[in-house]
Amino acid sequence: MITVEELSKRYGGHQSVDRVTFQAQPGSVTGFLGPNGAGKSTTMRMMTGLTRPTAGRSTILGVPYAELPNPGRHVGVLLDASAQHNGRTGREVLRLGATLMGLRRQRVDEMLEIVGLSGDEGDRRVGNYSLGMRQRLGIAHALLGDPQVLILDEPANGLDPAGIHWMRGLLKTFADRGGTVLLSSHLLHEIEVVADHLVVIGRGVIVADGSKAELLNAVGTLVRGLEPAALARCLDAAGYTYQATSDGAYVVPATREEIALAAAQYGVVVTELRAADGAGLEDMFLQLTADDAREKVTQ
Amino acid sequence: MSTATDQAPFTLEASPDPAVTAVPFTRLLRVELRKLVDTRAGFWLLIAIGLCTVAVIGVFLVVADPEHLTFIDFVGATATPQSILLPVLGILAVTAEWSQRTGLVTFTLEPSRIRVAIAKLVAVVLVGLLAVVVALGVAGLSNGAGMAFLDGSGSWNLEAANVRDFFAVQLIGILQGFAFGMLLMNTASAIVLYYVIPIAWSVLFSMVAALENAAPWLDLNTAIAPAFEQQTFRAADWAHIAVAGTIWVLLPLALGLIRLLRREVRSA
Repeated sequence: MITVEELSKRYGGHQSVDRVTFQAQPGSVTGFLGPNGAGKSTTMRMMTGLTRPTAGRSTILGVPYAELPNPGRHVGVLLDASAQHNGRTGREVLRLGATLMGLRRQRVDEMLEIVGLSGDEGDRRVGNYSLGMRQRLGIAHALLGDPQVLILDEPANGLDPAGIHWMRGLLKTFADRGGTVLLSSHLLHEIEVVADHLVVIGRGVIVADGSKAELLNAVGTLVRGLEPAALARCLDAAGYTYQATSDGAYVVPATREEIALAAAQYGVVVTELRAADGAGLEDMFLQLTADDAREKVTQ
Repeated sequence: MSTATDQAPFTLEASPDPAVTAVPFTRLLRVELRKLVDTRAGFWLLIAIGLCTVAVIGVFLVVADPEHLTFIDFVGATATPQSILLPVLGILAVTAEWSQRTGLVTFTLEPSRIRVAIAKLVAVVLVGLLAVVVALGVAGLSNGAGMAFLDGSGSWNLEAANVRDFFAVQLIGILQGFAFGMLLMNTASAIVLYYVIPIAWSVLFSMVAALENAAPWLDLNTAIAPAFEQQTFRAADWAHIAVAGTIWVLLPLALGLIRLLRREVRSA
């Protein structure tokens, strides 16, 4: 169980993470989704005590990370698979972890076997590893202490399709045993296969949080107006919350009749009005990504 | 590849497993000691310290006058290479966590950064003391060899104070290296500044006549010089070391610790 409450981080004048609140439940895989630079990694570093939050708190198994006794035995953390000393062998990296956590030495060989770094691969220096091999080593390190909670930042990066398939199986099995998994990704399709629950972050703010079924088959109505800005003002005035799609329409959690009445009341011309077909999440995500891409160009 | 399907389900607990206790300090220390030697950089640094010590003694055996082939002079000869290289051990112990980004793992497995810092400090001090013990052994062997083959004096005269101050000099260097490493958190800049700043500082004090009297108080190299010149410190020297050491060791150590405790650990 992971609980994040109103977690915020400000760097100078930039609000990197803004009152992020969500939970990851045991027995399920929670996907933490957002474009690059949306605040995923910062949030995960705050959850693991590496970055001091400006405000808010987070707990794992009910206590702040820093208060977990021997945290490696409770939480498996993989924040950056490349962040390993290039001069150490994969086996040595795991041995250091096992020594610190107080595990028996055979555990290292077992983990190398489980993640498919068997034989001489474990005895090669990490500097000679491909990114995929580093991810496997990182996952082995995260699982080393037989934790109940996993926090993985972009663990699929660099894995080949077979590796991604293997990792999904591993995470599903972990969750089926009752474990809590939080994994981040900037690719919706990568995460929607494995996640039961999705938390979407954009520009430091949580923009969607719900079960995968809920979010992917978002109930609501898609409405498009002749003048999108006027339609938006109308929806605001009528008191609806809505998501803008990438092509200028809005997905509103209301019936077609309700929206039609509002449009008529405020005299807004509507050109399209239909049930949202589950594309809401993808549109929202594309929009988030597009906004950030534009921002980078203009800066 | 296999998935861990054969593992038992977790017992769902809302709180951490009470059977799991905090990481004892001895385990933290063991890991930090191991990290000093399990990388190529660390391993070769220790080899280099050993080889340089032996090489210097070898040269000393050949070039020194027979009356100087004494235990205390051999010990003195090892002090210079050790005082140059041992601080690098202190630097690497801290900076690798940032330069190699291993801090992401280190500080998630032990969130108490002060405990990690103390474990690292104890680890480098232990290895440094061991290096000095080895140097004493090599010096002893060489003294025997000098006596046997080179008509050396072979005097074993070595006071407890000599040994103490020999250790003290190396300890000061290790602590200073560790402090610089913690303060700068980058291997290259810590090593460069560790060597360049004291040299520049020493040059300044040797060039400006008016500063000559202040030198032992403000320049650590001048303060510890008696250990190399007369193999021991006198009371006045300790006062110099206390003041210069505060400026060059304790102050960077304190600032470095504050930086370590506050700095965000991130991968990029």
